[in-house]
Amino acid sequence: MERTRIIADGNTAAASVAYRCSELCSIYPITPSSPMAETADEWSAGKRVNIWGDIPSVIEMQSEGGAAGALHGALQGGALTTTFTASQGLLLMIPNMYKIAGELTSTVFHVAARSLAAQGLSIFGDHQDVMACRQTGFAMLCSATVQECHDLALISHAATLQSRVPFMHFFEGFRTSHELNVLETLSDDDIRQFITDDLVHAHRERALSPAHPFIRGTAQNPDIHFQAREAANAYYEKVPGILQTLFDRFAELTGRGYHLVDYFGDPQAEQVIVCMGSGAKTVQHTIEHLNKQGHKLGLVLVRLFRPFPAAEIVKAIPETARTVAVLDRTKEPGSEGEPLFLDVMSALSQAVSRGTREHMPIISGGRYGISSKEFTAGMAAGIVTELELDQPRPHFTIGIDDDVTHLSLPWQDLDIEDPKTLRAVFFGMGSDGTVGANKNTIKILGSDPGTYAQGYFEYDSRKSGSRTTSHLRFGPNPIESPYLVNQAEFIGVHNFNILESIDVLTMAHEGTTVLINAPYGPDELWDHLPDSMQRQIIDKKINLWTIDALPVARKVGLRNRTNTILQTCFFAISGVLPRDEAIARIKDSIQKTYGKKSQKIVEMNHAAVDASLEHLHQVSVPDRVTSTHGLIPPVTDDAPEFVRDVTARMIEGLGNTLPVSAVPDDGTYPAGTTKYEQRTLSDLIAEWDPSECIQCGNCAFVCPHGVIRAKYYPQSALEGAPAGFPTATLNAAGLPESNYTLQVVPDQCTGCGLCVEACPVRPTAHPDRRAINLEEHLDKTAQRENLSFFETLPVNDRSRVDFASVRGTQFLQPLFEFSGACAGCGETPYVKLVSQLFGDRAEVANATGCSSIYGGNLPTTPWGKNADGRGPAWSNSLFEDNAEFGLGMRLAADVQTNLAKVRLGQLADRLDPELVDGLLNAPQLTEHDLVSQQERVHTLQSILSDMEQTPAVRDLISVADHLLRRSVWIIGGDGWAYDIGSGGVDHVLASGRDVNILVLDTEVYSNTGGQASKSTPMGAVAKFATSGKPTGKKDMAMQAIAYGSVYVARVALGADPQQTLRAFREAEAYPGPSLIIAYSHCIAHGYDLKNGLDQQYKAVHCGHWPLMRYNPVLADEGHNPFLLDSPRPDITWREYAKLELRYRMLSKSNPEAAERFLDLDQRSVERRWTEYEEMATRTADRFTFDARTSEFAAGSSRA
Amino acid sequence: MSVDLSTKYLGLDLRSPLVASAGPIQQNLDGVRALADSGVGAIVMYSLFEEQVRHEEARQAELELEYMDSFAESLSFFPTVQSNEGGITAEYLAHLEASAKAVDVPVIASLNGATNGGWVQTAHRMQDAGAAAIECNIYMVPGDVEMTGAEVEDRHVEIVTAVRDAVDIPVAVKLSPFFSAPGNMIARLDATGVDGLVLFNRFLQPDIDLEKLEVVPGVWLSSQSDQRVPLTWIASLSGRVNASLAATSGVDTSDDVLKYLLAGADVVMTTSSLVRYGASYAGTLIDGVSQWLERKALTLEEARGLLAVPADASSSEYERNGYVAALEKAKATYGG
Repeated sequence: MERTRIIADGNTAAASVAYRCSELCSIYPITPSSPMAETADEWSAGKRVNIWGDIPSVIEMQSEGGAAGALHGALQGGALTTTFTASQGLLLMIPNMYKIAGELTSTVFHVAARSLAAQGLSIFGDHQDVMACRQTGFAMLCSATVQECHDLALISHAATLQSRVPFMHFFEGFRTSHELNVLETLSDDDIRQFITDDLVHAHRERALSPAHPFIRGTAQNPDIHFQAREAANAYYEKVPGILQTLFDRFAELTGRGYHLVDYFGDPQAEQVIVCMGSGAKTVQHTIEHLNKQGHKLGLVLVRLFRPFPAAEIVKAIPETARTVAVLDRTKEPGSEGEPLFLDVMSALSQAVSRGTREHMPIISGGRYGISSKEFTAGMAAGIVTELELDQPRPHFTIGIDDDVTHLSLPWQDLDIEDPKTLRAVFFGMGSDGTVGANKNTIKILGSDPGTYAQGYFEYDSRKSGSRTTSHLRFGPNPIESPYLVNQAEFIGVHNFNILESIDVLTMAHEGTTVLINAPYGPDELWDHLPDSMQRQIIDKKINLWTIDALPVARKVGLRNRTNTILQTCFFAISGVLPRDEAIARIKDSIQKTYGKKSQKIVEMNHAAVDASLEHLHQVSVPDRVTSTHGLIPPVTDDAPEFVRDVTARMIEGLGNTLPVSAVPDDGTYPAGTTKYEQRTLSDLIAEWDPSECIQCGNCAFVCPHGVIRAKYYPQSALEGAPAGFPTATLNAAGLPESNYTLQVVPDQCTGCGLCVEACPVRPTAHPDRRAINLEEHLDKTAQRENLSFFETLPVNDRSRVDFASVRGTQFLQPLFEFSGACAGCGETPYVKLVSQLFGDRAEVANATGCSSIYGGNLPTTPWGKNADGRGPAWSNSLFEDNAEFGLGMRLAADVQTNLAKVRLGQLADRLDPELVDGLLNAPQLTEHDLVSQQERVHTLQSILSDMEQTPAVRDLISVADHLLRRSVWIIGGDGWAYDIGSGGVDHVLASGRDVNILVLDTEVYSNTGGQASKSTPMGAVAKFATSGKPTGKKDMAMQAIAYGSVYVARVALGADPQQTLRAFREAEAYPGPSLIIAYSHCIAHGYDLKNGLDQQYKAVHCGHWPLMRYNPVLADEGHNPFLLDSPRPDITWREYAKLELRYRMLSKSNPEAAERFLDLDQRSVERRWTEYEEMATRTADRFTFDARTSEFAAGSSRA
Repeated sequence: MSVDLSTKYLGLDLRSPLVASAGPIQQNLDGVRALADSGVGAIVMYSLFEEQVRHEEARQAELELEYMDSFAESLSFFPTVQSNEGGITAEYLAHLEASAKAVDVPVIASLNGATNGGWVQTAHRMQDAGAAAIECNIYMVPGDVEMTGAEVEDRHVEIVTAVRDAVDIPVAVKLSPFFSAPGNMIARLDATGVDGLVLFNRFLQPDIDLEKLEVVPGVWLSSQSDQRVPLTWIASLSGRVNASLAATSGVDTSDDVLKYLLAGADVVMTTSSLVRYGASYAGTLIDGVSQWLERKALTLEEARGLLAVPADASSSEYERNGYVAALEKAKATYGG
């Protein structure tokens, strides 16, 4: 590889060097570091070589703990090994980090530094994770820009080999790891000058070898352990010198100079800021700006944090400094200050107290930028203002409004950006390709030697209907602005719905050019704009343009991908390039992007470019506001206070303005808030046809979004119904004069079409239609009115609903609704079913992953409650510990149930004996049983509240609800259950406790973007299985069956919804551990998800996913506990696999291997089917003895 | 067999006028070898469906793009592969290359499509893979009510010209009979310098399942009745075009081969009979041709075009005469 100038993000910049300096990468995916590992894997699969001409190996492990263990072993084996990680993943590596450092082993961990999960998870950037590792013995080198990610990666690799001290090279997650900027790459020859063969050979010579055996990793006693810890000191002392020598050599080679600590600003500065990471760049440019106005400011930019360069920092801070602020991008509750602050304070104190420094400045410690919180020039100036006070406060925060502990500093916006820089912001939707087009725009413009470009992209937290905001800068000078654009010369609104919900012109200044993609003509547009937007357009003299891009996209075959059209318009209007040149370069970029993928896509996009400009219109702006409508309110009028005051602000994109007091202090948020969010997801929505419907309930059962609701009601209830309210005579026996309505929630329907696919009705006159169909409704007024009326109809009585049939479940209220899951998600129907069947007494432990994101990502959450205020209580601990977390919930429930029983016994003589007997001994199996027990508990609570409040009474009140059997659900994906949480799942299954484990098996890591898990089928292509997964999918069901005491089911609702329902009910009723493995189709399988149910059917019918149940209760009764629920395979594996991109991809890259896998998969499903069939014919005594005994049953909450 | 069956087709020297046309037997190397062993003069490979390739590539790219860059944690869902191409195209080219090496008769690649895009490049790669010639199988799906007849014809000419310009090996074109003026169309194609005309393509027409109320796609083998239209046109064109003439459709026995030869075909192609009776049936057909020639004491060259429309006759009159004669025969047979 030669030196080149490219556009890259921080992850790519770091990985490019790490890969070339390594023989092995041992990794586990975690946001935001995953792209480094994925890129390395793609390079490896593409046979790209390192600087020695070899292809590095990349191995994906089952967890970061595993990755660190494998890395440790590889290092001991002498391989040059690296890893890429972040956040909780880095924390899982800590034990090995101590070992690796203790053994003075050369390695580099590249970390896209990220927040840690505390009161809530956050995937965004700060220094919390790396600071949690500062004590491990790793050297820590911080990169502040994309270029530094590249350069300091090399310095780290060279320094670790020279010093033997392992290095953590880190940069901020997303802000730097995902920022696109210009990168001058290092050539292989450049790298070879630093990673010499001598160093490599020395590393190998330190490795374990039977040729010259030694022992490393002993257990040591008090006599020498202490001395041994100190013995390594000399190595750490040498690190700063080694680094600076490397920096100097690097500067000679490349012209880019670095120091352990760099000073910027006035040499006689009176106020100095110490900062590490990208924020330092903001400070640097702010003080340059302010110094021109007469301030005397300085910045100490820290690159090396461990070993701490105390002398260099003391030296860097001018003696003239009266006040110093040390900024930390982390939070250590309860400490005297954050790490950098404490270390700087210590260094200065030492220097002054020992006389090597004359003057001790006033030092303040400040926190900023936690979880990618913006850190702007205005905020840096706010810190300066504080430092210029006589007595700046000792501790502060910047970037938030802390109205509780009053630590936050005030600040005002400050625009210090280079006037030659063009700033552009684009609002798009996830599916429209806006981000992709902007990335190409940056590449187009940034490829000019004289042009610099930067891109940063924001995504919202939903997977369907998600909004993206692209922040782009272009200019003739290097761009070091690590914060969002806040004043833009160009604003593109790529989806009209966005401007109806949020103010898209906050970043507009006078004369800003605004392009709106609108389904209206240039003459109609104005009247459709909200009044506040019209006002701003007039006041700011906005240069307004519009295009209706969707018809253009559809005409050329691009469906809803409007990105190329809007990109062309941007170039045409913004004038960043002459039009003809712009068009030629867009076309060239399209050819480069898609040329090797699909010439047809190239042609369609080229046609889109050609068709764009004739549909682009400048809008004549009237001189007065004519609109009578404002922005659509973020939440409905009936939303509770918290949702109106807090949640609504987050939805509007104004969460940054919420003060500390507005935010819950312990991570507790109200349940069921998605229903208050006003958003329209799709114009294409499900519509029920009452005349054809057979009321089977299949559509409601499979709906991933909980938008299809069914009720039956007396015909008299129709009084007052809106005209056209859809209704049909109820076709169930025993309920005469009743009607039935299937209501779609119009604004929450994603138009995924699963309901249509699930409908068994084929009207004779319209064989292409069903009893529920997708219809386009731009105006949903009628549907909303119908919904309002429908909601006034009473929810059907659970105790009168037949839970045993799919038909019956449609009448059960979903207590999981309107999640932000992908349209057509294969997981959420199962989650919804849990909420319908058991929600009012369920406690849910949810592993991190898709289900925790659509289940618990703010601003709004889908786990709701019923009219009685009951509903699933949901929590997420971590990724790796979810089974244990759920078991803890069970143990707590059991403790408190037993306590309730004891207290009830103690108070029995003061209570109705029949009530006490019922509470203690009545069965709690059927819904009727449970309703009766609920009533008894209510009666008890009522009686207790009227009794004298003795300690026993108060105690019983506190635990009385536990007399109702609590249903504990442990939910997560296959990445958790098969990989990182596998040990925990195994242990919990072996515990015998009454928990229900639901594995939403997508056969891949879905949330982090399609990495292979041990559930991934053989031959499927996934990240880290680019050549097809070489091993078979783990049969987790058989593993659990081996215990004999675990209820196990494998289900696929697209193949047999009734079997799914049966399994869920049996699992919940089983008084021990249950495991349900649920086939969940996923966008990572690579096909249109509207066919998800059909694909599930094929997965079952080819034998890939045999439906089965293993019920130990049957064995107790002397029956075969193994029930094979699906028919003998009647299609081939190939017929199933050919429809999914994950299987087809290999046939492109390696047809022979693909054929081999297809053959092996066919044989393996046949073999397994034979085995299952044999099991299904065994007698009960041929299965593992069921170790459950009466004490387990007694230990459970079952009376 | 003492009869010399050697033939020139597309400028290629063939040992026999029977050619295996594009079909399923050629999909594996054993089938290709079996065809060669049975004595065919050349083998036309199964068709590489350009539209299918383009569609699949585009679909794959769309699936990869669909959810990209829409969620911060998962900016993509599949490993980046440098190219979607491969699969069908790569498989085809590899098989073509292996087949060309495995047999000593010319192997002709078949490219099936309806649009101009992509053909040229693919044709070039077929040449590189060892194809002795390329057969362009131009197949337009009926149903487009916008496109005019002139546009359809122009498209044919464009495609053939583009492919011819792109490769050095001979190019044949396989046509549909459904032109308002097939003769003129053929003349225009002939004027492009195309090396061969294959008459005719059969549409793979769908059926309808009355019970399931579904459209059923299907492939049906040709029957002898399918040979009349090609026979007529071969007879009409023989000696009037520069391009080689290949007859296809409706060959079941050696008599059918002979009829085409007598009408003027340079080669006769068959798939249906080989699918029906096996690759070795080609030997039976060739033997039949030899025996007939021997019995009639004709050389192949003497027999070829013996019953073609004479060069000095008006072809429309000839056809009309045949039509009138057919009506007369029908009246005699059915008393109509």
